[in-house]
Amino acid sequence: MAVKIPRTPVREQDPQVRATNFEEVCYGYNAEEAALEASRCLNCPRPRCVQACPVGLNIPGFIKALHEGDTAGAAAIIAQDSSLPSVCGRVCPQESQCEGSCVLGIKSEPVAIGKLERYVGDWKIAHSAECADTLAPRNGHKVAVIGSGPSGLACASDLARLGYEVKIFEALHKVGGVLVYGIPEFRLPKEAIVAREVDNVRKLGVEIETDVVVGRTITIDQLMDDEGYEAVFIGSGAGLPRFMGIPGENLNGVFSANEYLTRANLMKAYDKDYDTPIYEGKRIVVVGGGNVAMDAVRTAKRMGAEAFIVYRRSEAELPARVEEVHHAKQEGIEFRMLTNPVAVLGDEQGKVTGIECVRMELGEPDESGRRRPVEIPDSKYTLECDTVIMALGTSPNPLIKHTTAGLDTNRKGCIVADEQGRTTRPGIFAGGDAVTGAATVILAMGAGRKAAAAIHEYISSK
Amino acid sequence: MFKILDKRELAPKIYEMTVEAPRVAKSAQPGQFIIVRTDEEGERIPLTICDYDRERGTVTIVTQIVGISSNKICAMEPGDSFADFAGPLGRPSDLLDIPLEELKKKNILFVAGGVGTAPVYPQAKWLHEHGVRCDVIIGARNKDLFTYVDEMSRVADVHLCTDDGSTGFHGLVTALMDHLIENDGRRFDHCVIIGPMIMMKFAAMNTKKHGIPTMVSLNALMVDGTGMCGACRVSVGGKTLFTCVDGPEFDGHQVDFDEAMRRQNMYRGNKKTNPETHKCSCHGS
Ligand SMILES: Cc1cc2nc3c(=O)[nH]c(=O)nc-3n(C[C@H](O)[C@H](O)[C@H](O)COP(=O)(O)OP(=O)(O)OC[C@H]3O[C@@H](n4cnc5c(N)ncnc54)[C@H](O)[C@@H]3O)c2cc1C
Ligand code: SF4
Ligand code: FES
Repeated sequence: MAVKIPRTPVREQDPQVRATNFEEVCYGYNAEEAALEASRCLNCPRPRCVQACPVGLNIPGFIKALHEGDTAGAAAIIAQDSSLPSVCGRVCPQESQCEGSCVLGIKSEPVAIGKLERYVGDWKIAHSAECADTLAPRNGHKVAVIGSGPSGLACASDLARLGYEVKIFEALHKVGGVLVYGIPEFRLPKEAIVAREVDNVRKLGVEIETDVVVGRTITIDQLMDDEGYEAVFIGSGAGLPRFMGIPGENLNGVFSANEYLTRANLMKAYDKDYDTPIYEGKRIVVVGGGNVAMDAVRTAKRMGAEAFIVYRRSEAELPARVEEVHHAKQEGIEFRMLTNPVAVLGDEQGKVTGIECVRMELGEPDESGRRRPVEIPDSKYTLECDTVIMALGTSPNPLIKHTTAGLDTNRKGCIVADEQGRTTRPGIFAGGDAVTGAATVILAMGAGRKAAAAIHEYISSK
Repeated sequence: MFKILDKRELAPKIYEMTVEAPRVAKSAQPGQFIIVRTDEEGERIPLTICDYDRERGTVTIVTQIVGISSNKICAMEPGDSFADFAGPLGRPSDLLDIPLEELKKKNILFVAGGVGTAPVYPQAKWLHEHGVRCDVIIGARNKDLFTYVDEMSRVADVHLCTDDGSTGFHGLVTALMDHLIENDGRRFDHCVIIGPMIMMKFAAMNTKKHGIPTMVSLNALMVDGTGMCGACRVSVGGKTLFTCVDGPEFDGHQVDFDEAMRRQNMYRGNKKTNPETHKCSCHGS
């Protein structure tokens, strides 16, 4: 019976309209829609969705509470495993995690777990006064957290709840990490959602100091020796952009996705009241196929450009969330699959005029299991454009490693840490993209929470 | 918030400000810079540190009005506060890595142009405090545009030149360099050049001619200043580096100045253009 109810559609801004503004694409469920969708869940005795969730969220549990009309109860169940439901409900790759494993998906469509999680998270934000946490008495121990992305925020909140005096040190002027500088407003509202989540962290008593670049403004050793922090959590992310190393990459009009998105999101360059400029391209090519590429290309579209994705594999291999690819297509983004850039071309003034590409075909599977793209001989052609944005992935910034003796990193520059976030230096913990390389919000959040538990154990047993 | 304690006009449109920023003051080293943001709508603007006082917890910056953001900075008064003042950023001057005994044997020449003079000051002062003598050439279009001459004279041997001959040597910094070397028989074995990009390009060509190892301090366009965006990339010896983390000082004989100048003008003609958005106005001419 329950299976017969089709997946509840979610209301969205019209594609033509939203391609010209920065407001959120998806409106989310209202109470009736959420109740209806919640009624589809079978409350499986051995839920496959939970196994597929990186933090093992009690999905049937919260959906059941929601179905029974107890949204506060649903929020409390989620809070046991996730501190950022409004964010994760919006940005998790549900199709390859919970929803991808939901038993309903075998014969029909999976429960819209992400949309339900978002509903509960947003409800909690709207009712934050009623859901105030009970604070543990201060225990007199100080912990420093570096970076205010999902890992840092999650680690700080858990520690504060345990009674620690926690201070987050953030390099930028705004708090939130990738949530404020990378992921655009139209996917994750900054004021309505991110700022509220940050407020909740502050309400727990966490202090946040911005404009502190750890490794330059102060070192980890100074934090521990001079300022009395007994433990430090490094949640500094993976912010260093990669370029292709092809000719013409330093021409005027070539940007990293990080730069383009930072100008648009963090510096609000799309808003005329803000001083930061953004390159006014008419034809913009974004190289890459992940979430970052989709965010950059859709931002370019909203800035009024004709916008293209160039990706060397085929559509099936696009690493971006399915919903983002779908939204991008609706908004009129052109996808050039199996295409690999070999050079950026420019005029005599050094401005971009196009990107030279070769066509690819899929060969044998490579070590990642995906079929390796190989170049088709004599297939070179030029795609005309005035802007090229490189969205090729990022790696951790080496600054903290260089200024912290005894902190090991691996070949890729990622900080070496065990499952609990313990690094090679006692008292120093790490998690999120700084350890894994660019990954996901949910994994970063989970790592922050595990490290908080490990820090508690470390300090308690000293 | 970072409070402005003092402000003075050094020359027309050039202002010096002393800002309360204890953490930056504590860690600042010669050659490093900060990123300042006036208010919520403001850009993140890089400015070279011109002086610091660890006890008072203050950092001194010098800004020349060349566009919207530098105008906004210079319009602020003592008692006002900057929204953000992050730093110190970049690597300290290479001179700090040279053992003192060796440094004392070196003949070090600084070449400063325009408001590049103020950023030379902390380096010259540091050397002075460590018992190392140095020479500083300061060039300006005319006598009214000099800044930091008194301060500099207290810590180094200063040589002035003007384009119009109104003070000091009549000619460009390159001509004065030639004069010191060829006429006065001076010998230099390390040079640091700070000023407008075009001046650094020609001055570096000149030191190459004289065979003097040379560092230049680049004022690239920046956003974050922490290595996150690549806006500040520069080609040095054929390799792409990030000015904010690998610099701001680079081997002056390896920098691709033409590319660097072209990249500084990335936003010329942009709707929000203010000619200096992309420029550390500390270095502008
Ligand atoms: C454009 C874009 C889109 C994405 N889309 C998705 C998505 O749809 N779904 C998803 O799950 N994931 C997505 N991701 C990935 C996800 O955002 C990251 O995996 C996650 O934010 C990592 O969290 P973190 O806490 O490890 O680090 P970050 O979020 O990177 O936060 C690190 C913080 O540390 C600060 N910092 C760095 N160095 C220092 C220092 N030395 N001193 C002080 N502070 C420092 C940084 O300024 C930053 O604020 C996206 C990423 C990008 C860039
Ligand atoms: S697998 Fe699907 S139906 Fe089963 S509990 Fe999870 S969400 Fe509900
Ligand atoms: S200013 Fe962004 S990397 Fe240098």
